[in-house]
Amino acid sequence: MFDADMEQVPIRKGFGEGLVIAADRDKNVIGLCADLTESTQMHFFAKKYPERFVQVGVAEQNLVTVASGMAAMGKIPFTSSYAMFSPGRNWEQIRTTICYNDRKVVIVGSHAGISVGPDGGTHQAIEDIALMRVLPNMTVISPCDAIEAKKATIAIAKTKEPTYIRLAREKTPIITSEDTPFEIGKAQVFFAPPMTPQVGIVATGALVHKAIVAAQNFAEKGISVKVLNISSIRPLDFEAIINLAKEAGAIVSVEEHQIVGGFGSAVAEVLVQNYPVPMELIGVHDKFGQSGTPDELLEHYHMGISHIEKAVEKVLGRK
Amino acid sequence: MQSLNDEKIKWLTEKANEIRQSIIEMLIEAGSGHSAGPLGMADIFTALFFHIMKHDPTNPLWAERDRLILSNGHICPVLYATMAHSGYFPLEELKTLRKFGSRLQGHPHREYLPFIETSSGPLGLGLSQTVGMCLADRIDHGKYSNKQFYCLLSDGELEEGNTWEGVMLGGKERLQNITAIIDRNNIQIEGYTEDIMPLEPLADKWKAFNWHVQMIDGHNFDQIVGAVGEAQAVFDKPSIIIANTIPGKGVSFMERRWQWHGNPPGKGPEDVVPKERQGKEAIKELRTLGGKIKSEHE
Ligand SMILES: Cc1ncc(C[n+]2csc(CCOP(=O)(O)OP(=O)(O)O)c2C)c(N)n1
Ligand SMILES: [Mg+2]
Repeated sequence: MFDADMEQVPIRKGFGEGLVIAADRDKNVIGLCADLTESTQMHFFAKKYPERFVQVGVAEQNLVTVASGMAAMGKIPFTSSYAMFSPGRNWEQIRTTICYNDRKVVIVGSHAGISVGPDGGTHQAIEDIALMRVLPNMTVISPCDAIEAKKATIAIAKTKEPTYIRLAREKTPIITSEDTPFEIGKAQVFFAPPMTPQVGIVATGALVHKAIVAAQNFAEKGISVKVLNISSIRPLDFEAIINLAKEAGAIVSVEEHQIVGGFGSAVAEVLVQNYPVPMELIGVHDKFGQSGTPDELLEHYHMGISHIEKAVEKVLGRK
Repeated sequence: MQSLNDEKIKWLTEKANEIRQSIIEMLIEAGSGHSAGPLGMADIFTALFFHIMKHDPTNPLWAERDRLILSNGHICPVLYATMAHSGYFPLEELKTLRKFGSRLQGHPHREYLPFIETSSGPLGLGLSQTVGMCLADRIDHGKYSNKQFYCLLSDGELEEGNTWEGVMLGGKERLQNITAIIDRNNIQIEGYTEDIMPLEPLADKWKAFNWHVQMIDGHNFDQIVGAVGEAQAVFDKPSIIIANTIPGKGVSFMERRWQWHGNPPGKGPEDVVPKERQGKEAIKELRTLGGKIKSEHE
């Protein structure tokens, strides 16, 4: 788990592999893409099932509305693009034709987060969780590694709800195994110290790994920090969050997304209404991204391991 | 605008070649970014900055400047290189492309670099903003304002619905001060446009929306300058110039190949030139104008 040379795979690749398996199992699975088939890893599916693949061109509004029409006819459409453009550009189309109609379409948003790097702020989606979790009927899944993305994709193909799945571009450490349980609506404990936790971290997406490293660093110093991986942002596992708050008495949330309206906000909504405890939020604080390497940007926008550690210390002091 | 003579054409040709070399150098240094589009548009950018447009590199926000709106932001290496060669900033700064803290963001950012009229990268948004700018200018200065609005578009982004909403309004409002130029290079990320999403008959589409349409060779300075001149002489209609260009122009192993859309030299397809030699080969070919002149190093 903490080796420098641990296996790293882009999260989006897990989606690409999962989609082929889902399509093998159900002939109604369809793939639609807007000129980013390989980037979003839908090309594995498109090669194997060309007759079930639709290339719509650079047209994200059309992408999701066509998919909505296919869903109306009983298909299970997976639509893929960069998160910035889908669900970024086509939000109202998703709201009306997919969520308001309650039609099962899957929105696959790849290249989410600032770790997209040198392409710069226009391409770094850090608002997408907020955009999607505000919509009634929508399920929102943010896998922590490629294996979880694969399991999530297979699971999503079998549900009835419109779903958003958020993927990252860069290679991300593999922290789960084929046996790690995945269930929509359920949080998982990924790091549990032997003693009662003094702080609970709830993390989502590619930064779960960094949260675990921070918790491990604290364990070496005799401070116990428990980490929950929450890939299911909607539905959210209220029970697990409330229990962690009761157990630890302080919470830190970690996400590669704007603080406003994001995953941490969702957790805060649960806590303030059920079991308020001191909380710190790690994420982007009301800024746009910019060009740079993923590591430079994670440091600059205060989402590195050291920043998670500082947030843990700060929330401990507030208990 | 003055007409061209042979001497000026030769000068522009050499300038465009220098700009292509800068594009390759900055992409190598950045280690990511787009090659095909920028190389293909180098002649049009050179003609705009060094012959056509009213602008002042010592005063980037000069109120009287013509407006240049780059809609397909991913080809910004050609914009940055042409700006540097025009004197907006030192050539040395081109090496900061896509790096942390640079004014030369991976896709252009209006607030980082003066003279960039709008941030772009997400496709299909430039033409409507141009229509808005031109409408505002008409409110302030009337129908016979002298300000020109140049909007540069790619063919791939014509697949975006927003583009056509702008086309419709531009035609309705008869915005004669808009000259839009399409980089008709026939490629996009995943293939040739006519395979991904056919655009032809492209000229007919724009005509049907009440635009004045011209088709040119986007590497011929006479035709580029002539078409812009005609666009400005047309009364009561916005103009579209469909510029046929060769993606990757000037570097033979990149030319006409969609596989070079989004790769810098050193990371492109290896079937012709191996990765480690792509940068050197590209520079060498540009320096010697495809073997027509001897490199200073030979
Ligand atoms: C709204 C939006 N969707 C998708 C993309 C991803 N994208 C970047 S360039 C491109 C291909 C567009 O074709 P074109 O501009 O003709 O490419 P070129 O000729 O420069 O190779 C795509 C789909 C984007 N930048 N913006
Ligand atoms: Mg093109």
